[in-house]
Amino acid sequence: MTTTTPATSFGPNSYEGTLERYDAVLGLETHVELGTATKLFCGCSTVFGAEPNTQVCPVCLGLPGSLPVTNAKAIDYTVRIGLALNCSIASWCRFARKNYFYPDMPKNYQVSQYDEPLCVDGYLDVPVPGRAETYRVLIERVHLEEDTGKSLHVGGATGRIHGATHSLVDYNRAGIPLVEIVTRPLVGTGPDAAAIARAYVTELRDLLRGLGVSDVRMEQGSLRCDVNVSLMPRGSSEFGTRSETKNVNSLRSVERAVRFEVERQGAVLDAGDRVVQETRHFHEDSGTTSSGRSKEEAQDYRYFPEPDLVPLAPDAAWVEQLRAELPEPPGAQRARFAEANGFATLDIEQMTNAGVLDLVAETIAAGAPPAKARGWWLGYLVGRANEAGVEASELAITAAQVARISALEDDGTLTNKLARQVADAVIAGEGEPDAVIDAHGWKVAGEDELVAAVDAAIAGQPDAAEKVRGGNQGAVGPLVGAVMKATGGSADAKRARELILERLTG
Amino acid sequence: MSGSDRPADTADLVRLTAAQTAAAIAAGDVSAVEVAEAHLDRIAAVDDKVHAFLHVDRDGALAQAKRVDAGEVRGPLAGVPLALKDVIVTKGVPTTAGSRILEGWRPPYDATIVDRMRAAGIVVLGKTNMDEFAMGSSTEHSAYGPTHNPWDLGRTPGGSGGGSSAAVASYQAPLGIGTDTGGSIRQPAAVTGTVGAKPTYGGVSRYGLIAFSSSLDQAGPCARTVLDAALLHAVIGGHDPLDSTSIDAPVPDIVTAARSAEVVGLRIGVVSQFKGDGYQPGVLARFDEAVAALEKLGAEIVEVSCPHFDYALPAYYLIAPSEASSNLARYDAMRYGLRVGDDGAAGAEEVMAATRDAGFGDEVKRRIILGTYALSAGYYDAYYGQAQKVRTLIARDFAAAFEQVDVLVSPTTPTTAFSLGERVDDPMAMYLADLCTIPSNLYGGPALSVPCGLSPDDGLPVGFQVMAPVQADERMYRVAAAVEVALGTDRILEGAPTL
Repeated sequence: MTTTTPATSFGPNSYEGTLERYDAVLGLETHVELGTATKLFCGCSTVFGAEPNTQVCPVCLGLPGSLPVTNAKAIDYTVRIGLALNCSIASWCRFARKNYFYPDMPKNYQVSQYDEPLCVDGYLDVPVPGRAETYRVLIERVHLEEDTGKSLHVGGATGRIHGATHSLVDYNRAGIPLVEIVTRPLVGTGPDAAAIARAYVTELRDLLRGLGVSDVRMEQGSLRCDVNVSLMPRGSSEFGTRSETKNVNSLRSVERAVRFEVERQGAVLDAGDRVVQETRHFHEDSGTTSSGRSKEEAQDYRYFPEPDLVPLAPDAAWVEQLRAELPEPPGAQRARFAEANGFATLDIEQMTNAGVLDLVAETIAAGAPPAKARGWWLGYLVGRANEAGVEASELAITAAQVARISALEDDGTLTNKLARQVADAVIAGEGEPDAVIDAHGWKVAGEDELVAAVDAAIAGQPDAAEKVRGGNQGAVGPLVGAVMKATGGSADAKRARELILERLTG
Repeated sequence: MSGSDRPADTADLVRLTAAQTAAAIAAGDVSAVEVAEAHLDRIAAVDDKVHAFLHVDRDGALAQAKRVDAGEVRGPLAGVPLALKDVIVTKGVPTTAGSRILEGWRPPYDATIVDRMRAAGIVVLGKTNMDEFAMGSSTEHSAYGPTHNPWDLGRTPGGSGGGSSAAVASYQAPLGIGTDTGGSIRQPAAVTGTVGAKPTYGGVSRYGLIAFSSSLDQAGPCARTVLDAALLHAVIGGHDPLDSTSIDAPVPDIVTAARSAEVVGLRIGVVSQFKGDGYQPGVLARFDEAVAALEKLGAEIVEVSCPHFDYALPAYYLIAPSEASSNLARYDAMRYGLRVGDDGAAGAEEVMAATRDAGFGDEVKRRIILGTYALSAGYYDAYYGQAQKVRTLIARDFAAAFEQVDVLVSPTTPTTAFSLGERVDDPMAMYLADLCTIPSNLYGGPALSVPCGLSPDDGLPVGFQVMAPVQADERMYRVAAAVEVALGTDRILEGAPTL
């Protein structure tokens, strides 16, 4: 069903084969950078992409003597997320310090929440491709914490700390509010484990975007996932040992990471070995995971209540007000979108699954007819994305550009073939559609040029022309081909065919 | 101040109280620059014996004094010099917290109380010595050598804020700033014959106070009189939006209270736990005399039992090191301060370890280890968790006591100043110096030490502690002022030897 995952063999060690013998248990921890203008505990900007260490102050650098003050907007956003995920909101809770040493953590502790999260016990109903019923993902907790800085390891081959000669640290990210959404174990996913993982993150992303609390850009790291996977023999209820794959940063990768871990752990268990509880890294290029640090010796974070901050006590009336302000959930939004644009449920499912629903919506908003917008993305651009091994949203073409190309096709300026060439050129970075067309001189051949090309084709292939005159319409093909060749593909093939038939049989 | 009252020479300027100094400057009898220079001269003359200062900011002090003389700033303490404990960050001025690990660090920002003092025209002379990261009761745990008690240079000035109290006691500054986590303002005040107050927790901003134990730390005034302490407290106190734990309410009217010595009908509770074995007889004698004097002034004296105070010290030595182990984690050589072992081959973790080993002293390491242990999985409930419960019980003891009485009183510390070297290798003996001061930190209420005379057994100053309910700081100033008036202890330093 999924169009983005390369087909694998269906042998016993394949993902599908493994899930015939084992049940996968998944756990997803999603980190969401909130879209507040300022950081969680200070007034520094959160804008992405600034020069390293320019959005810092004594507080987010953890300088001696500095103190945090909680950003009320971040609390507001976290409560909205909790409510949208059907959670209970704590009437009183505290931040906690998570203590461990790492150079990109300015204080060598992270202000987070431990045993008193702001939101608990919720759920999210997720539509799963091919399943009639939604799958209910239970949410254990939603809590707020500060992000760390970012290390850049230089001099090694992998960009990881191992083998690096030195490291650079950018603290611009330190202190950006991060919401962590932790699921309860996802059980009973059967053969759909990977698809459900992806569908959950997709649904969560859409929900967060609808709330307006984050720009949820996985490629910029504002939404990132840790994927926990374990296997247990089919029918067992005792969970196996899990691996925790860190920083899985696209929807496609979520799915691939689950598939890979299912296959890997299946092979380990089949061989009679035990799965090691560990952190694993995901490799985008190969779709595989590799061992990170072992968690067998569990790190002791020495959590304790953060004494520099007063407890949070969200007022019940305020929480109810936020609840009343919740936007339409993604499912209802999709239904409305389908209705307004004449899409069937299957269309929506296909677009959602291919990760282009928003792009189609944006393309429609930019003026394209709904069927054309859907056709462009599902029929062409998703294929280009797959070839490139990226998400459709990562293609270097905007919805507005797609709408423009579609309009040029509709008014006859471009043939369908030319239109796709223009799209490819835009993706290749050649500029706006109109500029691309000008630069290449791509346009539908004019009538005069076409007539000349038709005459030349007839003169050049007298045998074919004779057959057509004799009533063999099938012989028109080579003549049309010659016209297309002569016009560099810019001719409207249908019109060329009409002209040839006019000349020879009219 | 009329012409005849004008100090004969600048040496006399250093003997004025803060209130007198400000009045003289406001009246034009003396300039703020003259006052600052007199104190800078005094520092130059005596501080090689006392070693109260780690850094003297001559240029900064004179620049501020000039602003006062130019009329740019006014206020009840404008032009008054002050000795600032080196745990308070000062923009561009070295700030070490008494530790090697911060040697050479010049902060890029000012603490809130530094901003407030500058706006009030207070002249910061420099930064004073302290036990490293405020961990200690003698100032011997400073990485930069001990401070000496002006009453007897062979003795300690207490700690951790021994530098500020010794500076005030030796006329190097009429005012000082200390910080009090378990007694670090009050105990040095007691053993140097000065006044020191720990305001209600949250009454004075902690923004820019280098944290030892966040839930206990509180900055406060050091002075030679109760009124001076109250005047300084009024300048630095009040809500600060940069400190979440800061109380969003007006500072109680402490200056009026300090000017009044009225205790008629006031109910004063003597804590029954703080006497007996381990208390120097001369300390108890002077304490009892002060209580008798208050009774004579019309106060009602009641003996009050606070049974959980006996557990305050062990609870404190779990809570404070636990928080410290986390607060001090940031000193890792990555961004500021000392860096050791960075030879190009060592990894970040090795550099962190080498730096922390070289940069922290034994007492700091002891407490980091203790706190790390107390917060560890499997021990948390038995240590940190249990200590928090004791903290709650102590707060309940206070609450119950304050239903019977308006304030509680006790000796500030069980003994007078002890000798340099006497307890430095015996942590338990050192910790006992804070036996009577710790409960107020665990509770959060204000407490103050005011001199109540010289111990008859050794001739050294004795401190009288007044503890009040949360946000009732004015009560402790009122009672302390009564003690000061009744016993004439605002002049106790006149009995100190000449340096």
